[in-house]
Amino acid sequence: MTPILETRGITKSFGSVQALTDVDFEVRSGEVMALVGDNGAGKSTLVKCIVGIYPIDDGEIQFDGKKVDIHDPKAASNLGIEVVYQDLALCDNLDVVQNMYLGREEHDVIRRLKEPEMEARTAKTMQSLAVTTIGSMRQKVASLSGGQRQSVAIGRAVMWNSRVVILDEPTAALGVAQTRQVLDLVRRLAEQGLAVVIISHNLHDIFEVSDRITVLRLGRNVAVFERSETTQQEVVHAITAGVPTKVAGIPTAGAEELA
Amino acid sequence: MSAEAQAAPEPPLPGQATGNSIIEVVRRRFEAIKQGDVGILPVVIGLILIVGFFYSKNSNFLSAGNFTNLMTQMAAVTTIAIGVVFVLLLGEIDLSIGYVSGIAGVIVAELQYPDGSWEVKGIVAIVIAVIITSLIGALQGSFVAYIGVPSFVVTLAGLLFWQGVILYVIGDRGVIVIQDNTINNVANYFFSNTAGLLIAAVATAFFTLGTIMGVVSRRRHGIVTDNVVLIALKLIGFAVVALGAVMWANKERGLPFAFLLVIVLLVFWTFIAERTTFGRHVYAVGGNAEAARRAGINVRTIRIFVFMISSGMAGLGGVILAARLNSVDLNAGGGTLLLDSIAAAVIGGTSLFGGRGRVISALMGALIISTVANGIDLLGYSSAIKFMVTGLILLAAVTLDAISRKRLERSGR
Repeated sequence: MTPILETRGITKSFGSVQALTDVDFEVRSGEVMALVGDNGAGKSTLVKCIVGIYPIDDGEIQFDGKKVDIHDPKAASNLGIEVVYQDLALCDNLDVVQNMYLGREEHDVIRRLKEPEMEARTAKTMQSLAVTTIGSMRQKVASLSGGQRQSVAIGRAVMWNSRVVILDEPTAALGVAQTRQVLDLVRRLAEQGLAVVIISHNLHDIFEVSDRITVLRLGRNVAVFERSETTQQEVVHAITAGVPTKVAGIPTAGAEELA
Repeated sequence: MSAEAQAAPEPPLPGQATGNSIIEVVRRRFEAIKQGDVGILPVVIGLILIVGFFYSKNSNFLSAGNFTNLMTQMAAVTTIAIGVVFVLLLGEIDLSIGYVSGIAGVIVAELQYPDGSWEVKGIVAIVIAVIITSLIGALQGSFVAYIGVPSFVVTLAGLLFWQGVILYVIGDRGVIVIQDNTINNVANYFFSNTAGLLIAAVATAFFTLGTIMGVVSRRRHGIVTDNVVLIALKLIGFAVVALGAVMWANKERGLPFAFLLVIVLLVFWTFIAERTTFGRHVYAVGGNAEAARRAGINVRTIRIFVFMISSGMAGLGGVILAARLNSVDLNAGGGTLLLDSIAAAVIGGTSLFGGRGRVISALMGALIISTVANGIDLLGYSSAIKFMVTGLILLAAVTLDAISRKRLERSGR
């Protein structure tokens, strides 16, 4: 199965700081790919290169098997790549529907908002994601719990026929029950055929939800693990002491032996 | 016809489960108040208390004559306060509105002045004045949006500059008399009894039609509608207030044109703020500018437009003031006009912290300020008392705003 999103040999430096060196990454439709690494490993930089916030120095991005140029986040959105950032970027003073449609409101010729249409589609999206905890779609986001807010942010990302959803630390700062909700939601996204990339520091969450795990260290590929064939110790070892390997898709072997 | 019957074929959508019985609606409203979302409630209570107090002191307070007086007195401040609401929604401030309104007064006075230089028609003069003041707003807004100068400083500079311009233009003349009837009628025209009632009836008809169409549209999309009894009560309440106010005013001079203008402006700007993409984006920028930017909203354009609205509405308010006095003088736009307008928006319930408030709060706040001023004048107290009372009300309103903001933050778990 070919990956829907693939990067080959991405290199990015900020002045003299080499942030990414020759990084390969891929995610397939219907799978949850975890992206892990210590602070400064280049996870966020890679994501920002993929969605066009940072221009890349070298390498290429392939979407659907074709090489694409992504200059800005809008181009990424047009391809169907959405990112849910850690701060969620929600407006607390607006309600659920208003946040879901922020910046993409449905309107008629005199720019009048189509409220009933938007509310109905928001409710349907939430239903398809089995988010049932939100009492009213007209509730202000300020009054929602952390898990519900995350659900709104994720719902907003998937409502636009997106095909790849990148989640930046979705479970940080959440309690046990809330984390459960969000992880279930992530699983459901993959079951609906989306490609999901999840960035997290929490290996427990990652082992629960992901299919494969890509490890970065100091801006280089270290390993790609199949979740079912690896252990937390192995991943921790790769994060902290992994040796760069160029060949993505051939997991553990290279990294393990060299280490 | 019930909501349940509509949703019968499919399982109900999430977020639609909560009922719409009156008890349920009241309970939700009560919950919202507890969480700090007090809405318009404190203003209404305050207004009832103020009216009750002055009426008990002097029964002339509610007389038809005083009522029509009040309606024309508050027209200018309400108009300017509508613009202030938009600026406050962004979390910005506009201190120049007082003297910008003075500029509009000077422009209409100069343009109509029969000395052979301009002598344009009254209506044209008014349109030109509003356009020029809007451009002033665009200029000031650009400094805020593009260069990032704090709006407090930009508009403080505007306050000084435009005051200077007024003094310079009027100069030794000291006062410019307005003789144009169209301009003067803005504040001095009263509708005949029949015309007033007709206007109220048409307004009620439109309001009813709009409400019913809204309900039908929601039904068609299978979304919970408001309780039918409450909708009916709202419609009846609107009809009673509209027709009642006109009938009361008809006992004296009738419905003032200035007040009708204010109502039209309120409806128009409420529509812009709550029913259009522009309004939605104003709220979004005021709530979380970074989130709005990432959502693809052009934050700069929104900021500039909002400062244009603020200056333009100040200009229109200035025209009403000039029309009321039939002249502009060296004090145009000065005095307590600036503070009254900002206070009106804040007392009416628009937050100083941005993102929360409604256009109607301009009317509610102006009502409170004007009834207090009017009542104190009627009882024969001095301006000293007026200032002190208005100051205390403003403090109470801002305190309430700060408390509700804290509660809102806390309730977001």
